[in-house]
Formats: sequence, structure tokens, C-alpha cells
Amino acid sequence: MVSDDAAIWDVLRSVPDPEIPVLDIVELGMVRGVETAADGAREVILTPTYTGCPATEVIRRSVEEALAAAGLGGIRVRYRLTPPWTTDWITPEAREKLRRYGIAPPRPRRSAPDRPVACPRCGATDTDTVSEFGSTPCKAAMRCRTCREPFEVFKCL
Amino acid sequence: MSDGLHGYQYDYALRLGDTALVLGQRLSEWVGHAPALELEMAVSNLALDQIGEAQLLLEYAAAHKGDGSSADSLAFGRDVLDFRNLLLVEQPNGDWAMTIARHYLYSVFHRLHFAALAACADERLAGIAAKTAPEIAYHLRFARDWMLRLGDGTEESHARLQAAVDRLWKFTGEMFEADAVEEALVAEDLAVDARRLAAPWRAEVEALFREAGLAIPAVSRMTTGGRRGHHSEHLGHLLAELQFLQRTYPGLEW
Repeated sequence: MVSDDAAIWDVLRSVPDPEIPVLDIVELGMVRGVETAADGAREVILTPTYTGCPATEVIRRSVEEALAAAGLGGIRVRYRLTPPWTTDWITPEAREKLRRYGIAPPRPRRSAPDRPVACPRCGATDTDTVSEFGSTPCKAAMRCRTCREPFEVFKCL
Repeated sequence: MSDGLHGYQYDYALRLGDTALVLGQRLSEWVGHAPALELEMAVSNLALDQIGEAQLLLEYAAAHKGDGSSADSLAFGRDVLDFRNLLLVEQPNGDWAMTIARHYLYSVFHRLHFAALAACADERLAGIAAKTAPEIAYHLRFARDWMLRLGDGTEESHARLQAAVDRLWKFTGEMFEADAVEEALVAEDLAVDARRLAAPWRAEVEALFREAGLAIPAVSRMTTGGRRGHHSEHLGHLLAELQFLQRTYPGLEW
């Protein structure tokens, strides 16, 4: 069962987030675990990121397809709401990937709300918010006053 | 629908789900028409959150109904008299001031309501409320900022926002009602006693109104009835657009 689980986790690490393809769903903190259901079936437990995120169903299908392609068909995919997902579950490596991809990583939830967001391009902290709502539910629009470039920031949840 | 507490839980989840769905549909009507690109993105995100919330709540309602219903069948298969949403959220978008006033008056309530719901003994409802709470905080901040900007803005923006508030105020009383369904569930800690939220809501709204230079409207009688399916004429038109595809091609999938 342990080696089986390792194989499942390997598959899960190969499934990218459809809207931020540099991240996989494990480093995004979406995989809560691999469990055995009451009927004996193996289940991958996912947690949705944002409630209305249209990628939620795409991700379910991608996971099912990836498991089937790896010869692990018959494993179910289930969403669990509680405890609710938070951006604090995004791994440190994934935060660095986000920054290199041009998206400022989310600030820790317990940090001061006025802590400045660093520009992912030039690193300057003289930045301001253009809109709290960006191109997807998880991002807000900002701009850098130093390099004058617009950029997106991963919203803190 | 089954009898007793189960039936009440269905009614309650339906009320919450319908309110989320109708508000989400209203907000999505701005797509393609918002005053600026940033607002277009903001309002479509707000709509998406509400529809996501509706999906979770209507799935739960469908589970209580237990007759093979789904969130989709409840959203697309019921007629206007079967909808249980708050009257406030079905009011038309009007101008930007009207949309902001509606969203603000509702979001103050929404935040208080779901904060209390997250602590109730119905684990599934509590989970949904805890999940959506951080998103509601964004809604409230957005609506608050715009209330201040318009209320304390130009003569024109102030007049429009005051007119919007005057028009919508009579629909706010309904949020703080409770009927036999809610009373039975509150006794078991399975619902929020919304009557307790009236005072904190009023205090928060009054503080913002003072800051924005708005007057609290004098309304002698509140218009209610959403819980009983007594809606304004506007809801039928909203549903016609929302349900058109599934009514015309039942069961159609993308």
C-alpha cells in the first residue's frame, strides 16, 4: 500500500494547475491525502482553492485521467471542504516558482496587512494595488512604481 | 420533500443557495457592460464566488431532498414561485450605484450571517460558511470602498447612491426575519437566528453611512416574502435568462 501511495503522489505531482501551469496541485496545497473509503476503494482527497474557481472540475478530470494513464484507474477523486484551503498551504518552493513566473506570491495570512508586496520583476516594494480582482479568482492586479510594470499578486486567503 | 427537521434543513439550504445564485446571476449581468475593465473583472469575480457558493449550498439542499435532485436541477428546473431567495438580491442592477448599494447592504449581512453559520452544529453548512468567509471579506471591502467613493464623491455620484439606498432599503428588513423553519433549526443549533444580526448590521451600516455622508432612509414598512416564494416581478425575467438553455434543451451538457 505504501509503494502504491508513493506512485499516486508521483502522479499527483505531475498534474499542473490549469491556470498557473508552473505549479502542480501538490505544491499548491490542494491534495489533502490518499485515503481508503468505507467500501475499501482508494480515494484522492482534494480541497478546492477558491469557491467559484472554474478550474475545480478541470482538475478533477485531469487527476482521474493522469491516474488512469499511470495504470492506477479505479482510484476515486473526492473534494473535501473542511478545513478550508488557505494560501499558507502553498509550499515555499512553489512561492519562488510563482515569483519567477511573474506572479507575486501570497503574503502569509498572519503578516501585517500593510506589509508591502514586492514586485516579482525588479524586487522593489514601492507597489500599489490597481484592483483587488484580477484575471482569475486567485489573483489581484498591481503595479510597480519603480520599474513601472503591471503585475499580478496571488490573493491571500 | 421529507417531513420534520430534514425538510426544514432542505428549506434552509435552499434559501441560502437561492440567495447566492440569484445574486451571482445579477452580478454576471454586468459582464460586457461594466464602467471600466478593472470593474468588469471585479464584478465577474464577485459573480463567480456567489455561483460557487450557490453550487455548494444547492448540492446540500439536493442531498436533503434525496429524490435524485442535484444543484443543477434545483437551479434550472424550478419556477419562480419555488425560489426562496431574499428580495434584496433579485432587484435589478440599475446603475453602478444601485449595484454597489445592493452589494454593500447584503455583504454586511452576509459576513455576519456566515460568521455565525460557521459556528453552528450542522457540519456541512458550517464548512461551507468557513470556506466562503474569506471571500465574503473581499466582497465587503470592495463594496465599502465604492460606497465611500460614490457617497463622498461628486454631487452626481452622491445623489445616485442616495437614490439607490432609498430604493433598496425596504428590502433589508427581510434579512432579519425568522419563521417556523428557522426557529425549529435554531433550537437545534442547525441555523443562525438572523434576528440577532439586526443590531450589529445596523451599527455597521450607520457608521459607514456617516462616513460616506448618506442618510438612512425612513421606511415605515419592510417588503418581505422571498421565503414564501412571493417575489418581485424582476425574478421571473432573471430566471428566464438563467434557465433558458436547460429549459430549451433539457439535460444539455457542454
